[in-house]
Amino acid sequence: MAQQLLEVTDLHTQFFTRDGVVRAVDGVTFEVAAGETLGIVGESGCGKSVTALSLMRLIPQPPGKIVKGKIMFDGADVLKMDDDEVRGIRGNNIAMIFQDPMTSLNPVLTISRQISEALELHLKMDKSEARKRTIELLDLVGIPSAKKRVDDYPHQFSGGMRQRVMIAMALSCNPKLILADEPTTALDVTIQAQILDLLKNLAREFRTAFILITHDLGVVAGMTQRIHVMYAGKIVEKADTGELFANPKMPYTWGLLRSIPRLDERRKAKLVPIEGLPPDLIAPPPGCRFEPRCQYRRDVCHEKEPPLEHIPNSKPDHEARCWGTQQGGWLVDTDWRKEVGDTRIIEEIKQEVAQLPPEPKPGDVPPPPAAI
Amino acid sequence: MAAAVTAQDKRVAELNVISRKQRSLWGDAFYRLIRNRAALVGLFVIAFAALLAIFAPLISPYDPLEQHGKDGLMEPIWTQAFGSKFTNPAYVFGTDTLGRDNLSRLIYSSRVSLIIGFVPVSIVVVIGLTVGMLAGYVGGVVDDFLMRVTDVVYAFPDLLFVIIIVATLRGTALGDAYDGLLVIFVGIAVVNWVGVARLVRGQVLSVKNREFVEAARAIGAGPGRIMRTHVFPNILAPVIVTVAFAIPGAMLTESVLSFLGIGIRPPTPTWGVMINEGFIVFSTTPWPVLLPSFCISIVLLAFTFVGDGLRDALDPRSKM
Repeated sequence: MAQQLLEVTDLHTQFFTRDGVVRAVDGVTFEVAAGETLGIVGESGCGKSVTALSLMRLIPQPPGKIVKGKIMFDGADVLKMDDDEVRGIRGNNIAMIFQDPMTSLNPVLTISRQISEALELHLKMDKSEARKRTIELLDLVGIPSAKKRVDDYPHQFSGGMRQRVMIAMALSCNPKLILADEPTTALDVTIQAQILDLLKNLAREFRTAFILITHDLGVVAGMTQRIHVMYAGKIVEKADTGELFANPKMPYTWGLLRSIPRLDERRKAKLVPIEGLPPDLIAPPPGCRFEPRCQYRRDVCHEKEPPLEHIPNSKPDHEARCWGTQQGGWLVDTDWRKEVGDTRIIEEIKQEVAQLPPEPKPGDVPPPPAAI
Repeated sequence: MAAAVTAQDKRVAELNVISRKQRSLWGDAFYRLIRNRAALVGLFVIAFAALLAIFAPLISPYDPLEQHGKDGLMEPIWTQAFGSKFTNPAYVFGTDTLGRDNLSRLIYSSRVSLIIGFVPVSIVVVIGLTVGMLAGYVGGVVDDFLMRVTDVVYAFPDLLFVIIIVATLRGTALGDAYDGLLVIFVGIAVVNWVGVARLVRGQVLSVKNREFVEAARAIGAGPGRIMRTHVFPNILAPVIVTVAFAIPGAMLTESVLSFLGIGIRPPTPTWGVMINEGFIVFSTTPWPVLLPSFCISIVLLAFTFVGDGLRDALDPRSKM
């Protein structure tokens, strides 16, 4: 434990809104070792991005606030630092790659000025040094004829290239940890693969720790050593990447896995979406947070929240938050791959939805399915 | 065959080099501005007026205050063609009641107009940017306070407010400084900064929530740096356009005040003062009124053309 680069303990981040307190991150504990790549996976709105922003203390305040918890980075508590100290860490020790490269670059500044900014700020480089380093960085992330392109503006770059620029920015000060918040969501599939490749190589080359945040299990599969699955502000399953794909132990993870298309599926298997929507984080369900949507639920799930615990029949560091798969649970021997799912419950939910009052405008687009 | 391959390789290599000439955003905007014919004409007129103002002592044939007693109320020489007998080739544009040379007075007047156009507007921009950026970026109580002050000033009718300020300060040291120029600066600045402040605040509010500002925060930039290098350049375009329209507004205010007799003190020549003095003899000869009016119109029109051109050039949606 002593060698962990980042230790997050019992982190609570809440947003104080007019409708009530939104518990966006509700008691999250995890750690990242130096040079390790950790994946955080979950649906939209389950607290992944808020977790990442909390690590850098970038939560907009008000309405947001980190209410409780401890974030130890490299032996110092980020939450106890003053503003100057935090600013000294941002970009220097912890860097971030944002989701949408189209909007994350300042349209009126040249690429060189934007990348140089962190260099001048943290490494106290002068203009010409920073420029030289910028060209090196652009070369590194695979921008062709970097020397000519440093003085271009963002609008002269394509989406994939801009994300490469964002990666170059994140790498500029050799940070120990890079948070990549859905780095490939805004890109098309072929570019996605290139960017992921690039990230993987850079992580290996610089021994930078990565936290890769995504809703796409396919993205984390080839990238990460460990995966944490988040749901409704909590971590619901922690496992090594191989273990998680081979032996998942939480019905939510099963649902996620069922809803991604697989190339190696021989039969024409249907994708099974997870029915329903994530819970309202102002008033989360009393028991297990996934209970209302879980097709394996029992009474105990509604009454008591399961702890995040080691699961029998799994590797030692595999933990899940589920009564069913824990010692003596009713799901211990269930093979999720064979279970198509209890269609009865799906039917039930469909009927409930059908009874809801119709949308005000008939021409409206129906709400998107709750698949990830 | 080998030669053909190398030629093709060369061609491919050429294609692979991104060779399009670079143009910055501002360079792009300038290019669009000068492609706009009206704006180009406007720029030339302004440049011409500026040259006249700067080199006024060298260009003007006479001292604008020198009275040629016997040659009062001469008409411009071209009126000779229409049968006017009161012309004198020594005074191309004629003279006023006191026999002062109209041409020299017009040239010297452009000095006051341009100063009135640029100095108070610079004050307006400085105050407006400071207030607007503080209110927009800091938000909260600061925003509320600054915007209520802005609302109060905004509530006054502009011209009336300037007149009140100028009239109240008349006779005091401030009111008489530089022939009344200073108090006009103050008056115009006081009523005009609110528009800029509101505009800037709105722009800052929309820019500060853009993702690149958060990205800047994520690399450790402090609030000052974010305002300076990230927010400011992004709000500049609408501010420039507003300024381009504020300049003729300020000039017009000066002319109106001078025409009403509470602006610049005579004998300092300004176009407004000239109209005011010429008005008395309007039934005898219209030229002392017509000439400065014409100058005002031309210069205001030039600034408006440039303002229009700037608005089109700086609007990112109007790509040419």
